[in-house]
Amino acid sequence: MEITLNINGTEKKLNVEPRTLLVQAIRDAGLTGTHIGCDSSSCGVCTVVLDGKTAVKSCTMFAVQAEGHSITTIEGLAQGDKLHPLQQAFHDQHGLQCGYCTPGMIMAAYVLLQHNPNPSEEEIRFGLSGNLCRCTGYQNIVKAVQQAAQMLQQPTGAAADD
Amino acid sequence: MIPAAFEYKRPMSLEEAIDHLAKHGYDARVLAGGQSLIPAMRYRLAQPGVLVDINKLPNLSYLSEEGGMLRIGALVRDTDVEFNKDIQHRYHLISDVSMVVADPIVRYRGTVVGSLCHNDPSGDWAAAAIAARAQMVIKGKNGTRVEPIDQFLVDSFATSLGEGELAVEVRFPTPNALTSGAYEKIERKVGDYATAAAAVQLELNPDGTIKEAGIGITAVAHMPLRVVEGENLLRGQKPSMELIRAAAEEARKIADPTPDARGSAEYKKDMARVLVGRGLLKALNRLGVAVA
Repeated sequence: MEITLNINGTEKKLNVEPRTLLVQAIRDAGLTGTHIGCDSSSCGVCTVVLDGKTAVKSCTMFAVQAEGHSITTIEGLAQGDKLHPLQQAFHDQHGLQCGYCTPGMIMAAYVLLQHNPNPSEEEIRFGLSGNLCRCTGYQNIVKAVQQAAQMLQQPTGAAADD
Repeated sequence: MIPAAFEYKRPMSLEEAIDHLAKHGYDARVLAGGQSLIPAMRYRLAQPGVLVDINKLPNLSYLSEEGGMLRIGALVRDTDVEFNKDIQHRYHLISDVSMVVADPIVRYRGTVVGSLCHNDPSGDWAAAAIAARAQMVIKGKNGTRVEPIDQFLVDSFATSLGEGELAVEVRFPTPNALTSGAYEKIERKVGDYATAAAAVQLELNPDGTIKEAGIGITAVAHMPLRVVEGENLLRGQKPSMELIRAAAEEARKIADPTPDARGSAEYKKDMARVLVGRGLLKALNRLGVAVA
């Protein structure tokens, strides 16, 4: 069946089966920043943002269900060459080791900061508890989210030049 | 892991959804949040021939109080409950549960009603619904029926839903000022099934004795269970440590868990006891009652 998905503001026509998982459709559309990890709803590396404010593990939704929703993936965060504050903060704080979990971590952090712009360390750890980092690099991931929260609360560009 | 092929239906009205369910019977499954069903389909533990996606149905996302009940529509997500300030302040048991179901990302999608319909032996919402004496609202071709949760939950992964029926709402009684509850869960890590968990709800009389008690335990038997004897011991009594210990012991007695990597049967039985005790103490603490 043919479906139209709005991914990062672009309408994409895709030919899928009803059983095609959203993560597969996203990757087949050429957006391979969204990774497949455990494939069992546990690890969170396939997390994408739905309608700006909620997150979903895209291995646990059928592509056909995403029709009519806006999907944001890791590729949709940067403005041209300017990284999103979350991306910049993960870079600055070295919030990654192998990097495999990073897209999911960043998308999960993105919705966390939508709901709680100034989270405590405990709230960040709680909010990211559905996302696994097998390098166990959580310390710097938390630091990165803290930095991003600060950057997002400051006037545009003020923190990015540090 | 790719699920087996299925026919996808996306009804736009309740009537249309019920028509699909009636036509395809038990070969059809309802897709709401999908956070249990889709993993089961990927593992091919579930291979429904037809999926009836109810996400486009109108008027099922309500979360409102009416007639002394909190009404939770079939499309209310766990996070709708978790982030609701009024529920945090007044529905202590429900608020506790909403923070520990699965993991934070899964909760954006998973639904309360869907969890009850799935009736996993380790389900969190079922234990809460038992303790709080919730009711299910079910629609079918012959109209609407309202059923106490104890009748709705039939067996492992089985409910009283018949062919052509759709659960549209769960109702939790609104707690008065002398009612509180708590949910205590042990899990190896966030997102894993509970090793054991207990939901409790207590209503006090103005003289401080217990008017009504509800205790539900989960992950320690073939399905979530009501600890009837524990509730009977509490009712009419003044709270004391001795009473709490005795009521909690009833949970250990009826727990019949399967040993697995999370613990031996003996350990899980004892955790059912411990968690009921902790829950009762927390609920009393929330009511400002110090127990000696």
